[in-house]
Amino acid sequence: MERYTGKSILKGTAIGKILFYSKEEQVVQRKSVDDVQAELDRFEKAKNEAVVQLNALYEKALKEVGEVNAAIFEVHAMMVEDGDFNDSIRNVIESQSVNAEYAVAVTGDNFAKMFSEMDDDYFKARSADIKDIAERIVRILHGGHSGGDLGDEPVILAAKDLAPSETVQMDKTKLLGFVTELGSSNSHTAILARTMNIPALIGIHVSEEMDGKTAIIDGVSGELIIDPDEDVLKQYQQRQEEEKRSRELLLQLKGKPAVTLDGKEIKLFANIGSVGDMAKVLANDAGGIGLFRSEFLYLEKDDYPTEEEQFQAYKTVAETMAGKKVVIRTLDIGADKQVDYFNMDKEDNPAMGYRAIRICLDRPEIFRTQLRAIMRASAYGNIAIMYPMIISVDEVLQIKKIVASIKADFDEKGIPYGDFEQGIMIETPAAVMISDLLAKEVDFFSLGTNDLTQYTLAIDRQNSKLDNIYDAHHPAILRMIQMVIDNGHKENCWVGICGELGADLTMTEKFLRMGIDELSVSPAAVLPVKKIIRETDLKSE
Amino acid sequence: MKSFTYTIQDELGIHARPAGVLVKEVKKFESKITIEGNGKKADAGKLLAVMGMGIKKGTEVTVSAEGADEDAAIADMENFFKTNL
Repeated sequence: MERYTGKSILKGTAIGKILFYSKEEQVVQRKSVDDVQAELDRFEKAKNEAVVQLNALYEKALKEVGEVNAAIFEVHAMMVEDGDFNDSIRNVIESQSVNAEYAVAVTGDNFAKMFSEMDDDYFKARSADIKDIAERIVRILHGGHSGGDLGDEPVILAAKDLAPSETVQMDKTKLLGFVTELGSSNSHTAILARTMNIPALIGIHVSEEMDGKTAIIDGVSGELIIDPDEDVLKQYQQRQEEEKRSRELLLQLKGKPAVTLDGKEIKLFANIGSVGDMAKVLANDAGGIGLFRSEFLYLEKDDYPTEEEQFQAYKTVAETMAGKKVVIRTLDIGADKQVDYFNMDKEDNPAMGYRAIRICLDRPEIFRTQLRAIMRASAYGNIAIMYPMIISVDEVLQIKKIVASIKADFDEKGIPYGDFEQGIMIETPAAVMISDLLAKEVDFFSLGTNDLTQYTLAIDRQNSKLDNIYDAHHPAILRMIQMVIDNGHKENCWVGICGELGADLTMTEKFLRMGIDELSVSPAAVLPVKKIIRETDLKSE
Repeated sequence: MKSFTYTIQDELGIHARPAGVLVKEVKKFESKITIEGNGKKADAGKLLAVMGMGIKKGTEVTVSAEGADEDAAIADMENFFKTNL
């Protein structure tokens, strides 16, 4: 197994055999000719043929990749007919009495050089276009036909460089992906790869020895893996399967609301653990963020993150979501997560120890910094704040007091903040039992089913000996969920699930019938859940 | 001779595609149409020459037309630049 790293043009996985593609070297020899007029005629004929070919390519591309991307071939055709380009070629033939091939190649090189020496990346990249058209004319003069034949089996194409015309000519059903050594992400070939949705890597040294070997393109990491081990191969096949499934779902469901057949709109949100996860949230069309774990801000650093650092992160997410709900959960760490600068004692039972809101209320200076950052960010989008590990009404009252004092401070100093909802995680049996009382104090509940199950069943999820009695669908849990939904609704709280159970597709319909308002799942699970929501009719059994 | 000046707004400057459309547009007129900017001057009817000027976003260009239909040509050009570049 060998790994090469390059630059990815399109995120996606391709698995297949490599076809090493090398352009037939166009050796252009300078030959003196006696009949200059005959050479000029040859050039004229070849040029006209090139225009015909390019127009045909334009038509093909128009159908396959759309007008914007096809336009390059129209431009190529115009370049072939360009006055200066033609004058130069004719001049070389006439003044030096040489063959048309040589005149075209020399002129092509000169014009390509003019562009490659320009100081702008876009114009620099155009030298490839000039080379492409010059090679086309030379090929026609040679009487050769153009490449693009990939054989019968779909392949991953490896080449030093690919001209846009070569890329478009290739049969897309035979092309799994491509890897090139040269080219830029600005090149038309790269743009075409993106439009055609073909995984592609650039900047990887390719060689003829790769030909015929099995390879994987990892469009996320930018890696090319040749002769992968069996387990690596299996892992990527799985990933490819997931990509395929989500692509299909996406085509089917993107932009469509998460609404049941009888018209109930469900808040279908995504869980994220860092600002970097935003791309996945948008790609999977989540309606908002139902759980933004703020711990990463603390875990990434070796000192407490400042208000400003936190504010920037929350603001970025709020702005990116452009008015969609972003539920930020305040710090949820404990002795099980190592954050050195918190100086926490070792505990025998960290799941039930000094953690989450307990730390925040015990050390309000840490809590206040985070709350101030979140509240300031609320001026930039639709933010909600969620508090973890609540067991009593008193905790909620204490929190609300702190929030009120920050608001008073902001008002006095003229610091802007928006309207934000406040809610709590329901993850302790205690919170479930007093959910009727808690509902009077907050705007929403979000069920953290992982911890709730562990606390309710008294089963440590880390202990594999207990796996056989661990039941995520235990009737006790389901009754608790029902109770929380009912108590929440009585006080106009919306109720959601942000634990793993929320993404359990076998339970989605049941939760909807129980009256759940929100499901927050990992980005990849958004569309599969949306599919079920859209197929459920709550009015019929 | 008629002329106007215009500051390029397009992110990529006078890139291949609008340059191609420009060349087509220019051919509709008898007048000689030239474009000046970035310290260079080119016949607006020649694609590679126009692209070779390397006009980027924010560059001020002067377009002039000279000939029998220069009035119509310059009006058309001004409209073209505003719409496409």
